[in-house]
Amino acid sequence: MTHPTGSRINNDLLRPLLLTSWRFYVLVAFFGAFVAAGLIAWLSQIFFGFGISGLRWPVYWGFYVTNFVFWIGISHAGTLISAILRLVNAGWRRPVTRCAEVITVFALLIGAMFPLIHLGRPWLAFWLFPYPSERLIWPNFRSPLVWDFFAINTYLTGSILFLFLPMIPDFAVVRDRATGLRRRVYRVLALGWRGTPKQWHRLETAMQIMAIAIIPVAVSVHTIVSFDFSMAPVPMWNTTIFGPYFVAGAIFSGIAGLLIAMAALRKFLHLEEYLHPVHFENLGKLLLVMALLWGYFVFNERLVTYYGNGPAEMAVFRQTQWQSFAPLHWTMVFLNFVLPLTLMGIRKFRTIAGCVIASIGVIVGMWLERFLIIVPALGHKYLPYSYGTYRPEPVEIVITIASFAAMSLLYVLFAKFIPIISIWELKAGEHPPAPDLVPPATEEHRLGDLRL
Amino acid sequence: MTAVYGLYPDGASAQQAVNRLRAAGVLDRDITVISAQPMEDYEFGQMDKATWMWWFACLGGLIGLSAGLGLTWLTETSWPMDVGGLPIYAWWPNTIIIFEMTMLGAIVATTLTFVLSALWPQRGRTLYDPEVTEGQILVGVEHPVDELVSELERALSAPPGARVKTR
Repeated sequence: MTHPTGSRINNDLLRPLLLTSWRFYVLVAFFGAFVAAGLIAWLSQIFFGFGISGLRWPVYWGFYVTNFVFWIGISHAGTLISAILRLVNAGWRRPVTRCAEVITVFALLIGAMFPLIHLGRPWLAFWLFPYPSERLIWPNFRSPLVWDFFAINTYLTGSILFLFLPMIPDFAVVRDRATGLRRRVYRVLALGWRGTPKQWHRLETAMQIMAIAIIPVAVSVHTIVSFDFSMAPVPMWNTTIFGPYFVAGAIFSGIAGLLIAMAALRKFLHLEEYLHPVHFENLGKLLLVMALLWGYFVFNERLVTYYGNGPAEMAVFRQTQWQSFAPLHWTMVFLNFVLPLTLMGIRKFRTIAGCVIASIGVIVGMWLERFLIIVPALGHKYLPYSYGTYRPEPVEIVITIASFAAMSLLYVLFAKFIPIISIWELKAGEHPPAPDLVPPATEEHRLGDLRL
Repeated sequence: MTAVYGLYPDGASAQQAVNRLRAAGVLDRDITVISAQPMEDYEFGQMDKATWMWWFACLGGLIGLSAGLGLTWLTETSWPMDVGGLPIYAWWPNTIIIFEMTMLGAIVATTLTFVLSALWPQRGRTLYDPEVTEGQILVGVEHPVDELVSELERALSAPPGARVKTR
């Protein structure tokens, strides 16, 4: 397969921006309808009160907090993976990074909505902000919920900037190609970009610094989300393994989300020449590693609980292993461990279709994992008087479905207005150096040529 | 005349053009090179590489750290509340806020440095040709001295594939 060059890259990647097909409107209408249904459900919850949801004592955290943790986890697809691939200078990252970084921004925005949806009086959400109120009481900085505010906002700000900076040269490309109002809009977004060596150096240095800064922030975000649970004296929550367990799970579901997004883009925007099977295979291998790591953490968590044999912990343990939550638990184990291990472990199945099937399984499995962390533990606390059950009501189910539709809608709109694959990064290396400018090959280069 | 420049189909020709401009006595700071992608494999792609951006990022991190320390210290000491037996100023939980604000400071400072050092308009530096977007590499001189224009045109037109333009 020949590598597309210069104008061809521009033509292929700007086609979705400059031409609009009927499919775009159908997709927007389809996902928009679900989002509208979700908004109506939320408004009805605000109007009628929390009584119409399934949240009642003792299980006050249900679908909404599950969705919050799930979407924050999905956000690890982008910026973290992209930053790591940038730092190790993996050449195959080029068509993947922007698809991934977009997921982070949108997943964070959707995830951050759920604490608001979960509030009985969302108009008082500003109480979460660190400001001195009239009574001079600042939010309690020793609460994990305030840590969430700081961590998520830092990650969101960093991710938006990490996404935006490398888009500037591409805005300049659209500026040069577009006409009329569109040209004026992209001229503003391009911020006067010309492409001088100074601008390229500054951009690459900025991306390096931000990649270094964003990796620990990404890890901290999901660790802090895990603190929402592990700081509470609830059976099976109060454990030190939750930080790395949550981070591993987040990266796992993030890679799965990225694989699904890439496959959809490849299919619908005809990007076969840019998103090659090797990109899916490499990410599939990462998915396999994360499946093994996930299995390791689950085994650790379960074995320690089982061996400790604490009555409260064992009550929750039994619920998930053998009693009412067992079908969900074993479905989760199958989807998060058995399925990806089989599909990604056997080379023959590590195809684009195999990656997509495994990823859909992982997405469902990881959502179940978040649910199974939250609900069984809250329904079986230390004393039997506080035992209870949770049954989601239609309003919660509609809002959950709407969150997935919102993600799809935002992604479709982004791909319509901004090149979903970084044009300049693809072009980088298009002009190979003349032979007399290439330094003589070192011993390692020569050995590399032999493909040892 | 505000500029004389050449458009080149590849990096090797652009490098030759830069070398010929230097030979004609043009200083590096007066040569404008514009490309649609980074050209780090070429010597001209290494121009203007030195930057203080790392130091500004560290400074931003330091400001963020100080802000985090100040925010946690001021708020917790100005309204001392007992929370689960923790000290009024509790280092462990506050470390999280301080860490996040440090990183936020570094990220914002990096972005500001990038915008101010790379995107801030420079007086008299407006040379651009949309053909760069299609893969051409622009090499030229802005505001050349009139007596030098013909010599610059000769230097710019020498490399293979060159198309010289004036503005």
